[in-house]
Amino acid sequence: MTAVIELWSGLHPLLQAVIKGLAVIGVMFPFGGACSLIERKVSAWMQGRPGPNRALPFWVAWVPGIGLLQRLGVFHLMADGGKMFFKEDPVPGHVNKFYFYLAPVVGMIPALTTVTVVPFGAYLNEAGKMVPLVLANLDVGILAVFAVSSLGVYALILAGWASNSKYPFLGGIRASAQLISYELSMTLSVLPVFLWVNVPGGNGTLSLFDVVSAQNGAWFGLWMPLSAIVFLVALFAETNRLPFDMAEGEADLVGGFHTEYGAMKWGLFFVAEYSHMLIGSGVFVLLFLGGWNPLPWVPLADVAVWLHLTTQPILLGLLSIGIFLGKALFFIFLFMWVRWTVPRFRYDQVMKLGWQKLLPLAIANLLFYALLIAWIQTRN
Amino acid sequence: MSYAAYLPFLVQIVLAAGITGGVILASQLLGQRALGSKIKDAAYECGILSDGSTHTRFSVKFYVTAMLFILFDIEVVFLIPWTFVYRDFLAQNIAILSPMLFFLFVLVLGLFYEVKKGALEWEK
Repeated sequence: MTAVIELWSGLHPLLQAVIKGLAVIGVMFPFGGACSLIERKVSAWMQGRPGPNRALPFWVAWVPGIGLLQRLGVFHLMADGGKMFFKEDPVPGHVNKFYFYLAPVVGMIPALTTVTVVPFGAYLNEAGKMVPLVLANLDVGILAVFAVSSLGVYALILAGWASNSKYPFLGGIRASAQLISYELSMTLSVLPVFLWVNVPGGNGTLSLFDVVSAQNGAWFGLWMPLSAIVFLVALFAETNRLPFDMAEGEADLVGGFHTEYGAMKWGLFFVAEYSHMLIGSGVFVLLFLGGWNPLPWVPLADVAVWLHLTTQPILLGLLSIGIFLGKALFFIFLFMWVRWTVPRFRYDQVMKLGWQKLLPLAIANLLFYALLIAWIQTRN
Repeated sequence: MSYAAYLPFLVQIVLAAGITGGVILASQLLGQRALGSKIKDAAYECGILSDGSTHTRFSVKFYVTAMLFILFDIEVVFLIPWTFVYRDFLAQNIAILSPMLFFLFVLVLGLFYEVKKGALEWEK
């Protein structure tokens, strides 16, 4: 064990960053594929049908109990991935080839880069201090998340424009206006959190790790519920999920911005969308639901003491990742739940909700917490 | 904070671009080859041959929305440094609440003007 740690700390920082980055991408990329399967299974469950339950590779069919995995549709994941790689990858003659190829890459880069500043776990070091598990613990934190994840809109515009086709073009245009509109409410809704996190005499931070540290007691979701709701609604719009499914809207735009795409290039758009969902859910959990703290008023450090894990950084790290991912996965499920519960909006309703309902609500919410925090701060 | 702290960003961008490029290349190489045809190379319009310009005109509302977004986004960005010092200034009795209330008032005034002008009406 110690030999491994010594070998690790002896590596060049660049090599360390590459290995860590590959590990995170190695989790997120297959997760995107797994999410599409989960989506199909959850949809089936909500509509009272069995869903994907047939695929079974013949070379594992003899394993006893494999039927359960078959009924869960696990092997459909492999089948889907295989299909996307081996089917024809069409590039129609009328598209703008360079940008047509570029769009999925542009979509994936922000989806896999946003995770850099998002902490996904924590452990206690020898000095008994919490250390975040994160690729780069920067104080720009949430600002970097917003800045990088909003670049994802360029992929939709680029795909829609390069397709040289009417439906993708409309999808791209709609997506761009929708995404920028909801960004305002989203940014405004998190400001109360940072008004409170930046204590007097602090350095000024937007780091998500500091937000979680500030939630050892009450979670922000409990005393800033309106912020949480505005953020969640804006998150649905930002990730192009139903009921804000304007960019794809299969009822009126066929496939929206990716109508002309096929095979793995199409698959990459989906992986990017699910990665955005995972990161968005993760950021929501970090901001409003205590991150890796298991319960309100029960911080992870206390749990570590109860379970005698203070000297076991690896086990504690895994536990914190488990708690964090468990909460984030619940929100992935919520995304799917809402999809089959709420009907799709019309485009003018989406814009009206964003500008005339959500934005004033976010401003009023900010005003309320500014006054409340001023009152708390000047009272004593 | 040094630039080295931002290195993981660069690494992540390069890795993401590399992996995505690799996946697209693999899909191109492994994918089934099929003959092209005139119909296949035409823009998809639910089975009807494409008619007219593919880049149709679109509503000016999209431009208006984008312009309004830039205005409001800049105002929101101004609020972020405010969050750093808010509680600190309050603790030191430096005026921060009333200037920010005025700033928010201007922001709300702008939004109110927009709504009254009908810049956000999409039904027309």
